[in-house]
Amino acid sequence: MPGISREEVAHLARLARLELKDEELEHFAGQLGDIIGAVASVSDVADEDVPPTSHPLPLTNVMRPDTVRPGLTAEQALSGAPAQEQQRFKVPQILGED
Amino acid sequence: MTVIDLVSYEDALADYDPVMGLEVHVELGTKTKMFCGCATELGADANSQTCPTCLGLPGALPVVNAVGVESAIRIGLALNCDIAEWCRFARKNYFYPDMPKNFQTSQYDEPIAFDGYLDVQLEDGEIFRVEIERAHMEEDTGKSTHIGGATGRIHGASHSLLDYNRAGIPLIEIVTKPIQGAGERAPEVAKAYVAELRELIKALGVSDARMEMGQMRCDVNLSLRPKGVEKFGTRSETKNVNSLRSVERAARFEIQRHAAVLGSGGEIIQETRHFHEDDGSTTSGRVKEEAEDYRYFPEPDLVPVAPSREWVEELRAGLPELPRVRRNRLREEWGISQHEMQSVLNAGAVGLIVATTDAGAPADQARKWWMGELARRANEEGTDLADLPITPEQVARLCALVAEGSLNDKLARQTIEGVLAGEGTPDEVVEKRGLKVVSDEGALGTAVDEAIAGNPDIADKIRGGKVQAAGALVGAVMKATRGQADAARVRELILEKLGVEG
Amino acid sequence: MADLIKLTAAETAAKIASGELTAVEVTEAHLARIESVDEKVNAFLHVDREGALAQARAVDEKRERGEELGPLAGVPLALKDIFTTEGVPTTVGSKILEGWIPPYDATLTKKLKEADVVILGKTNMDEFAMGSSTENSAYGPTGNPWDLTRIPGGSGGGSAAALAAYEAPLAIGTDTGGSIRQPAAMTATVGVKPTYGAVSRYGMVAFSSSLDQGGPCARTVLDAALLHAVIAGHDELDSTSVDQPVPDVVGAAREGQVRGLRVGVVKEFRGEGFQDGVMQRFDESVELLREQGAEIVELSCPSFEKAVSAYYLIAPSECSSNLARFDALRYGLRVGDDGTHSAEEVTALSREEGFGPEVKRRVMLGTYALSSGYYDAYYGSAQKVRTLIARDFEKSFEQVDVIVSPTAPTTAFPIGERADDPVAMYLSDLCTIPANLAGNAAMSIPCGLAPEDGLPVGLQIVAPAMADDRLYRVGAAVEAAFEARWGHPLLEEAPSL
Ligand SMILES: [Mg+2]
Ligand SMILES: [Zn+2]
Repeated sequence: MPGISREEVAHLARLARLELKDEELEHFAGQLGDIIGAVASVSDVADEDVPPTSHPLPLTNVMRPDTVRPGLTAEQALSGAPAQEQQRFKVPQILGED
Repeated sequence: MTVIDLVSYEDALADYDPVMGLEVHVELGTKTKMFCGCATELGADANSQTCPTCLGLPGALPVVNAVGVESAIRIGLALNCDIAEWCRFARKNYFYPDMPKNFQTSQYDEPIAFDGYLDVQLEDGEIFRVEIERAHMEEDTGKSTHIGGATGRIHGASHSLLDYNRAGIPLIEIVTKPIQGAGERAPEVAKAYVAELRELIKALGVSDARMEMGQMRCDVNLSLRPKGVEKFGTRSETKNVNSLRSVERAARFEIQRHAAVLGSGGEIIQETRHFHEDDGSTTSGRVKEEAEDYRYFPEPDLVPVAPSREWVEELRAGLPELPRVRRNRLREEWGISQHEMQSVLNAGAVGLIVATTDAGAPADQARKWWMGELARRANEEGTDLADLPITPEQVARLCALVAEGSLNDKLARQTIEGVLAGEGTPDEVVEKRGLKVVSDEGALGTAVDEAIAGNPDIADKIRGGKVQAAGALVGAVMKATRGQADAARVRELILEKLGVEG
Repeated sequence: MADLIKLTAAETAAKIASGELTAVEVTEAHLARIESVDEKVNAFLHVDREGALAQARAVDEKRERGEELGPLAGVPLALKDIFTTEGVPTTVGSKILEGWIPPYDATLTKKLKEADVVILGKTNMDEFAMGSSTENSAYGPTGNPWDLTRIPGGSGGGSAAALAAYEAPLAIGTDTGGSIRQPAAMTATVGVKPTYGAVSRYGMVAFSSSLDQGGPCARTVLDAALLHAVIAGHDELDSTSVDQPVPDVVGAAREGQVRGLRVGVVKEFRGEGFQDGVMQRFDESVELLREQGAEIVELSCPSFEKAVSAYYLIAPSECSSNLARFDALRYGLRVGDDGTHSAEEVTALSREEGFGPEVKRRVMLGTYALSSGYYDAYYGSAQKVRTLIARDFEKSFEQVDVIVSPTAPTTAFPIGERADDPVAMYLSDLCTIPANLAGNAAMSIPCGLAPEDGLPVGLQIVAPAMADDRLYRVGAAVEAAFEARWGHPLLEEAPSL
């Protein structure tokens, strides 16, 4: 099983929105490699004709009627907001598409 | 921004064959959101229609809206799709501030509807079959307002404000298979497809599908391949093209742009592009350097949806007549040409005319008023025909008044004016404005006598057999009665009094 | 007073109902106990003195008015800090939620309140329930009341320690890979992971949605059953909630009977990694079951060997997605919002500072396991292993009524011993994980002290899904037999704090 490189860890951290410090990159590279090495044997069954289980119980069709339920007031919704303005969540500049 | 010298549309099509993919998101008109019981009313106060689930609070869980599923199945059936016997929701993982959980609950490799088609009719009546890849259920995001930049744009903003009222509203995403073989008509096909889909969605009653309100949004994916080549070219993805006209323009622009890039030996990069309403151009958005990795996996908080075949058949049996079929039926019933029908469709008048005939008016009369005076007024005021403050019932009443001779066309137009001005129903307007045709034979007879006496030479001509000259006397009578006389009856009286056969 | 905190929940409830005790004095006694010992134990992250006393007063008033009281009315409870509590801080043991006051109650919280249970406060846990030792809490480790230098197990170490330290007679835990059962084993208390879906997850901060299950923790099997009956049941806010009647767990606990029962012993749960003293106590338990009239059947479940591996792919995958919502935009810690950082940067800085190393490790592991190139090999394969494990259980339950094993391969280890060796730490959940993967019901009860270190050993009982009552029937029988042998509950042998 190949280990996990520092660059891969950096990539994962970017995807997971973690601003890892340099020493963490190193540290996690080793540990993630060890863990992956320890669990990789699950792939022995990758080709086997076994259906995957995503839910422990075989439930289907759980739906609710289309009727309004009371939710939160705007005040409650915003009660945990680190910053707010005009009854909206205030967030730093979004670097996105224009 | 680099300026591109576009290749003319004709030149582009001479060398290349366009391939399109259209992705349309439809916001369902359910009372509640897809995964929680929050209301979906438009125009509510910011963040007043949220709950732990659609705000993504720790611990909150989703539960599927049954009407959301039902609508998805009905859309799938109307698009001639297969309906999955068993399918799941998946999580599409990516961070974005308008998405409270930082994953979108969507469907991935198990859409509820797949493998269908929609026949669209082009302006000349030609039918083009657009194949449908899939229709799947997902949820909308919140809305951001960008502060501190120019004209509310994200670029240059100092911060943004988020309202999550829209977050979680059900969306159905409908994706076509690659549309090939449309050639130069590709932009027209794109527009016709979106128009047809919109009609279909409205006919199903699952959404108002108002593009200007964002209830229906279209992404246009387009690529060119040199004529005779099988392999698709690299595509661009033009996002949020939100009117029928824009869909056509975006496709057209991208064909010309791709041709220009390819023709000059350049390469198309796979990227998202933004459409600009003002000049119909597109500009580069985010370049997809690395393929997006959404890390899809089955949503563990929701259980599979397994619509029973009985339910699916029940829904199929309850589908309304498809818009294209209905249009063709109406066209025949109304006895009008393909072209005339297209005008009715473009004017958004089909439903209004049908409602007017349902209220008792003959189809030709209903069409005459909606496509004539009313269309003109709507056009003047820049509103949709349907938004004019007059109902199909009122138009039907107007037709009846004309038919019984109480109004002539001129008076009918004045009546419409009154109704539109809020003066009341047609009958009230007629009453208040005193618009009734003068049908009192005595009063009319006096007016005719006066007209004959005042125009002796014309009267003589008529007596001498020049019946066409009666028009001048009719005009004089109409003038004298300020247009309130029944012109046909006036003509009869004139000829009668002058002893001439009409 | 000292006796009052040692009463069982059933006894306490009976005394309150009869008027022999008031809920307020019971609550005050426990608050006083917390005051005196919790500085050492660190079982609680937040004590809701006012709220608890108000709830207790309400119970007393209700009784005075002659209204009917629920079976656990007035009994104090320690709630794992993973369930939302309206108006009361909920941190999930993480700095990222420090100071967050939820605007809503979890379904379980609601049910406890409706049953007039007195919620004393919120208990310590491994951050986001990720861990087997409660060392991963952002608010410091919890000590094991048997030996404060040792771990109380995890992730629900706070709840288990609160029971073992007599700070509360009842507690709530959550079990994703053993987080209720393993701490129960480490502290000589009782912990039950109900059938997946038996207890609503609404308002329980998600770690791994397809595995997480809330459940009762207590010092006796009957107390656990009484609490189970209060918190279980269908919830329309949780799509994965089971819409079936709750099995009669209280009746089963009162019955306590194993005669004629077929009990399976999985041969794979033995050998390398299993402490001798643990196996010795386990073998005695099996012997005791036989003496009580159970038939012992040896089983082989070969796929269990891959359970830990599958778990350490599924749980991190789901958590990488579940924890994405902690982005510093709507609630929780925000770092770097000084006008120089974008939203994306603020999210990354906040998560970096707000999450501890184990959470980061699992989030990255899950991100890796779900990425397009690796999905099939890791996440996909793990889900297949899950099917195989469920099949092994299915086959086994054709032959037996319950399966027993040690709850954990070792007794409580010293704080810090495995802190930076995740792979070694993960093996602590070897025996508990299969039940989570398959959705079965499982319980841990004390079965003695390991001779080599004098620390508690747990016996795990596993039953098929929706047969939670079997756990209580067997658990109560074993508990009674052991207590008869020892002459007292095992916990009484714990050193006093
Ligand atoms: Mg989509
Ligand atoms: Zn909501």
